[in-house]
Formats: sequence, structure tokens, C-alpha cells
Amino acid sequence: MAYVPIADRGQEMSHPHSWVTKYVWSQDHKVIAIQYSITAIAVGVVAMVLSGLMRLQLGFPDTFSFIDPNQYYQFVTMHGMIMVIYLLTALFLGGFGNYLIPLMCGARDMVFPYMNMLSYWVYLLSVLILMASFFVPGGPTGAGWTLYPPQAIAQGTPGIGAGILLMLISLGVFIVAFTMGGLNYVTTVLQARTHGMTLMRMPLSVWGIFTATVLGLLAFPALLVSAIMMTLDNLIGTSFFMPAMVSMGELNEHEGGSPVLFQHLFWFFGHPEVYIVALPAFGIVSDLISTHARKNIFGYRMMVWAIVGIGALSFIVWAHHMYVSGMNPYFGFFFATTTLIIAVPTAIKVYNWVLTLWRGNLQLNVPMLFAIGFIFTFTHGGLTGLFLGNVVVDLPLSDTYFVVGHFHMVMGVSPVLVLFGAIYHWFPKITGKMFSETLGKWHFWLTLLGTYSIYLPMHYLGFLGVPRRYFAFDGTDFIPASAEAANVSITVAALIVAATQILFFINVIYSLFYGKKADPNPWGATTLEWQTPQNPPEHGNWGDELPRVYRWAYDYSVPGAKQDFIPQNVPPEAVEKAE
Amino acid sequence: METILLFIAAAIVTCLTYLWRNQITEKPWLTAGAIEDDASGVSDEIDPAARTGLMVFLAVVTSVFALFISAYFLRMELNDWRPLPEPGLLWVNTLLLFIGSFGMQAAWNAARREDKRGIQNGLLIAGAFTLAFIGGQLWAWQLLSDSGYFVYSNPANAFFFVFTGLHAIHLLGGLWVWLTTTHRLWSGAHLETVGLRVELCKTYWHYLLIVWLVLFALLLST
Ligand code: HEM
Ligand SMILES: [Cu+2]
Repeated sequence: MAYVPIADRGQEMSHPHSWVTKYVWSQDHKVIAIQYSITAIAVGVVAMVLSGLMRLQLGFPDTFSFIDPNQYYQFVTMHGMIMVIYLLTALFLGGFGNYLIPLMCGARDMVFPYMNMLSYWVYLLSVLILMASFFVPGGPTGAGWTLYPPQAIAQGTPGIGAGILLMLISLGVFIVAFTMGGLNYVTTVLQARTHGMTLMRMPLSVWGIFTATVLGLLAFPALLVSAIMMTLDNLIGTSFFMPAMVSMGELNEHEGGSPVLFQHLFWFFGHPEVYIVALPAFGIVSDLISTHARKNIFGYRMMVWAIVGIGALSFIVWAHHMYVSGMNPYFGFFFATTTLIIAVPTAIKVYNWVLTLWRGNLQLNVPMLFAIGFIFTFTHGGLTGLFLGNVVVDLPLSDTYFVVGHFHMVMGVSPVLVLFGAIYHWFPKITGKMFSETLGKWHFWLTLLGTYSIYLPMHYLGFLGVPRRYFAFDGTDFIPASAEAANVSITVAALIVAATQILFFINVIYSLFYGKKADPNPWGATTLEWQTPQNPPEHGNWGDELPRVYRWAYDYSVPGAKQDFIPQNVPPEAVEKAE
Repeated sequence: METILLFIAAAIVTCLTYLWRNQITEKPWLTAGAIEDDASGVSDEIDPAARTGLMVFLAVVTSVFALFISAYFLRMELNDWRPLPEPGLLWVNTLLLFIGSFGMQAAWNAARREDKRGIQNGLLIAGAFTLAFIGGQLWAWQLLSDSGYFVYSNPANAFFFVFTGLHAIHLLGGLWVWLTTTHRLWSGAHLETVGLRVELCKTYWHYLLIVWLVLFALLLST
């Protein structure tokens, strides 16, 4: 039997008929992608509001009576956890992974559409459980997004009753949802690519999302395992993590548990998590840059190898988050070394982006601006990461605002810029409408400059020793008054950035209804999703016949060709020659 | 953390080998043109997607167990660890699970001969003995609790309950697929559509048998 791509077989593509099966219980990867994205962005807004509240407290202490120290911890925790897991992971993989993988690989859908649908609904459930913790007695947990025991479940931390329990359950449910989605993404990339789509012809977006999913499938279990053990410590009184200790004058019921064990498990997930968020961003930004610079990506093979190499290395650096927990100096040396080694493939990627821009025919439209902004913020955050990777530098800077500045640059701002760029880039495909360039540019510049004014000063606060996760800095004489001024200005910038995001929502919603009709391929891009017979693509994506792929994804400005791009499904003999 | 690192290393080697075999060294910018269809590295099997999906899922489950085992070793080093006397019943349970796995194998062999009776018998054996295994594990829990080894009284006990519980939950998930498969078979579905499910069940059962053997060996030796 000759090989027939799965998507090509007359499989039961049950075309939905009612509104409910089409948009609610949908098995179409594009609808699921949109459901994922809307949910993720909605919780993301909650997390952003929380950060605004924290900033109000930090910029203007003693002014807002409705924020007390306990609430501050709850805000910190929920903000961090939502941003990292429920926004970024879900939006990159559940949102863009779902939308792009089948379209870019030339498949009709994910290979297990029903499971894909379940994945979304289970994800929604996890979000609802998490949100429910705002309304239970004691409120959400205030343990910090790292949930370190013993304090995560010890007296004195806010939300040690229902709050922490709901958090752990929600994480478990999220991991189930992610696994269902992840199995789909991996299997679809491996087995449902269309004719001629070899691995090395896949766009880098797919490579990034694919590798990130593999990382997620291997790393999320560590979070699951620690969540299970912590739940047992909390509910049944086991002592996996909980040591014997006197808290609030009482001896607790545990003995002998090891908090450091939790840290190992948590960061065994936590560091790969950084790359689960970063690799899709790397991939997508490569495609944005290449398309809008009208140039093939510099060093495609290196880019692929770097993605795979970073993915592999990301499993042996986790303890750089634990230098201050105390460890054998040789281990510290080992993890510092691996951390610096992982910077090599990362730096290669940055060089390649810059070299792609070099002498390109740059189209400074909104997606491109966001992509270039990403190169700046990522380089910036990556460089401070090199500092923190060294034990001797990390020890004094750990748990200061330097760290807050670092990780927000590298995994807060940078992926978010890519997400915005990606949303603008694929907006014409997803909705069939064009967005407003002007509003988009305002959105970009205010966000970029605003986030710099938030996070750049934080590095200096860190040098001064201003500690992270503090509600107020009373009685800390070593902190000069100028730090307070800096905090005021950071807060003002944060509020402006938050307000700026309204421009984005206005743009999206307005354009959705009143935007002008988009060309099917407005950017002149080569990848398959821009070559669909309908715009936006319909259920089944490709009409009667699957596209055939004849080339890689980066044939831009090919010498001798008439147009400055050759789509992947154009055979060599059909390329129009320039006169 | 050695256990999980070993597993991750194996996973990485597998991925790299796969990529290497699928021309990750090719220079795509030099090779425009049509490509023979199977060059994308996919074989001409009937339904590779479900098989691949299961393999990836088993990798995830292995990761979970490898992490628990890593945690077990790390926690064992602390001085409040009191080893647990494993009830002899576990040997009987192991035998039950062996037979369950054997039943799945028999069902799969029958499926290849397109022998419906044989599939039915195999599935019945598999289901019954797997349920018996789970019952036996519950009984072992009872025995331990009766003699004062509660979940919370020592980390060794806690790990025992977690290992066995987690393993049983995975079997229950498998039994769900087993249930739908038997249901289809008895309500007269085509053998072809059932065949793939039986094959996947067989793989899953063998896998969980191996996991149990590893866990059991670990518990016995520590
Ligand atoms: C509107 C932009 C944002 C602002 C103004 C902001 C502000 C803050 C503030 C004030 C804190 C608490 C610092 C402390 O007291 O230690 C914080 C913590 C944190 N933020 Fe953000 N943030 C923003 C966006 C993001 C994004 C996009 C991410 C995604 C990675 C993120 C991830 C985190 C994490 C992981 C923490 C640490 C939570 C913890 O300490 O447990 N933030 N942020
Ligand atoms: Cu890290």
C-alpha cells in the first residue's frame, strides 16, 4: 500500500452543522486555537490587573488601604503563575500551536481532533478552578509562584486552606489538558505532514512549537509529581517535603521532610518551562523577521539545531535557581557551566536574526516592529541571565529586583512582544480582516518604551539590594530615598503600559467588525497557511486536494524570480522568471 | 535525580536519532523540487498516528514514574526513613498482572489471525486478572494499614502508597479503553477497527507490567 498522508484519507471529517458544534464543541483546530487564545488572554488581563495593584502598593506605599500584606503576596503569586502557565504556555502552544501546526504542515486538522477539543475544555476547567480560589475563604495562595514548602502550606502564609489546594488541583488539571494537546501537536508534526514537507522544509515556527511541546511533555510531569506530593503533605500529613518545625508556637505534625527535594522537582520543570515559552517565540519571531525582511532566514539549519540543542540542554541547568539553597560547590560549578553553555546556541540565534535583518528589504510594519523589539528585550534579558548564572554573582543578587528585572525582560516582555507580533501577523488570516497600522504602531512604541522604563530601573534597584516579594520597605536603612522615586516612576510607567493594551483590544475588536477585507496573503509570505483556497481557511483547510510542497519556507527574494517570494507549494517549473 | 536524568538522556538520544534519520542535515535551500512521498520519513503503516500517540504518551508516563523514583532515592537518604516490609501478597498480585498482560497478548495474536473468539477470550482474561490485580493491591493497602503502616507514618510508606496508587490509576485508565473495546467487539464492530485498539491495549499492558516490575523490584530492594 502506498503511503497516503493521514490528512489525505477520506477520513470522517464530520462537518458541523449547528452553531454550537461549529463554535462551542468544535473539533476544528482553528476554532480550538481561538478558544484557547481568548481564554488565555482573558486570564492574562486578570494577571495584568494584579500587577497593576502590586505596582500601586510599591509606588505609593501607605496610600491604598485596600491592599494589605497578605493580599500583596496573593497578587504576586497569582500574577506569576497565571502569566507563566495559564497565559504564555497556553497561548503559545494551545493557541498558536493549534492554529499553525496543521496549516503550516499542510494537514487538514490535528490527528486526534476529539482529544484536541477535550484539551481545551479541560484547560478551561483548570482556569476556572484557579479563578475560584479568589472567592474561597482565605483567598488564593500567597506562597509565591514557586510554591516552596514549607511556607506554602505552613501557618502564616495566606491561602493555606482552600487557596493552595485549588492551586495544586488546577495545576494538575492544566497538565492533563496540556498532555492531551501536546500528544496532538507532536503526533501531527510527526505523521500528518503533507506531500513533500520534509522535516527540514518546516517553517521555524513549527520547529519551535514542536520542540517546546516535547519539552513540556517531559517536564510538566515534574510539576505534577511535586503537586501530588505537596497535596498529600497538606491533606494527609505525609512528610515528603515538610520538615518538623515549630510554627506559630506549635510543633507541626510533620517530620524529616526535605524542602530542597521540592526545589529540585520544581525547577526540573521550571527551567524547561522557560524554554517551553521561549522556543515557540524563537520560531515565530524567525518567521516574522524573514518574511518582513524579504530575505531567507540566515542559517536555517543552525536555527533548527539550536532549537533542538537548547531543548536538550534545558534539562541540565535547573539548579541555577537553587544556588542560594546551598549545594555542593562542585554542583554549583557544574550548573554554572551548563548555564553558560546554553547561552551559545541562544546567542547563535540572536546573531542569525540580526544577520537576517542585515541588508534585508525591511518592511517596518507592525509585526516586524514587534519582532525587532523582541531582539532588543531578549538580548537584554539574556545578558543579565549570564550574570545570574554565575554562583558568585547570583548570591548577592538573588531575590532582589535585579532578578525581577531579568526574568521580566527575558520571559515576560520578550514572549509577549512576539505574541503581539504574531497576533498582528496572522490577524488577516484568522479573521480575514486588516487591522489598523496606526493603532498598532502606537501600541508597539508605548509598550516597548513603557516596559523598558519599568524594567531597566529595576536592575539598579537590585544593585541597591531592594528585595523582591516585599510589600513595603520600612526599616530598611540601606535603601536610599532615590529608590522610592524610582518606584514611583516604575509604577507610573506600569500603569501607562497597562492602559496601552486597551489600544490593542480596540484595534482587534474594531478591525474584526469594520476592518477592511484582507488579501489572502497580504505580506507575500511563503508558508502554506497563506496559500489556503479560502481566507480565512474553512474546516478541512485545503478544499479537495492537499497542497504539495516543493521547497523550504524561506524562498524570499530569490535571484531570477519575478516575485520576491516563492510559496512552498510552487513547483520549480512554475516559478515566473524575471525579465 | 539520576533516574530522571537517565530517562531524559534516553529520550534525547531517541529524538536525535529520529531527527538524524530524517535528514536533519539536509540543506533545504538547495533541494527545491518534488519529493517521493515517503521521504518525509513516514512509513506506509495502516494507522501510525495512534501508535505514535501512544508512544509519546508512554514517554510522558515514564517521566512521571522516573521522577517519583528520583524523589524516592533522594528522600531515602534522610535519616527518618524506616523501610517497609512488603506484604507477600504482592507476589501473588504480580502473577495476576502477568496473566492479565498475557491475556492482552493472546487477544492481539488472535486479532492477527482475525479470530474473533480468540480476541474475546483474551480480552476477558486480561480484564478479569487486571481487576483482580487492582483488588489485590487494595488488599495489600488494607494489610499494611492494619499492621500500623499508615500513609503518613513514614515516607517509605507514603511512597509505597503513591507508587501503587498511581500505577493502579494508570491501569484503570487502560481498563476504560478495554471496556469500550470489549463493548464494540460484542456489539459486532468490524475486526479491523478493533484490531488497532487491541494492539494499543497490548502495548499499554506490557508497559504497565514492566513499570510494576521495576517498582516492585525497587520496593523489595530498599
Ligand atoms: C504589565 C506588565 C507586568 C508588570 C507591571 C509586572 C509586575 C510584577 C511585579 C510588581 C511583581 C512582583 C515583584 C515582587 O514583589 O517580587 C511581578 C512578579 C512576577 N511576574 Fe510580573 N509583571 C508584568 C508582566 C509579567 C509577565 C508577562 C510575566 C510572564 C512571565 C510575568 C511574570 C512574573 C513572575 C514569574 C513573577 C514572580 C512571582 C513571584 O515572585 O512569585 N510578569 N511582576
Ligand atoms: Cu533557569
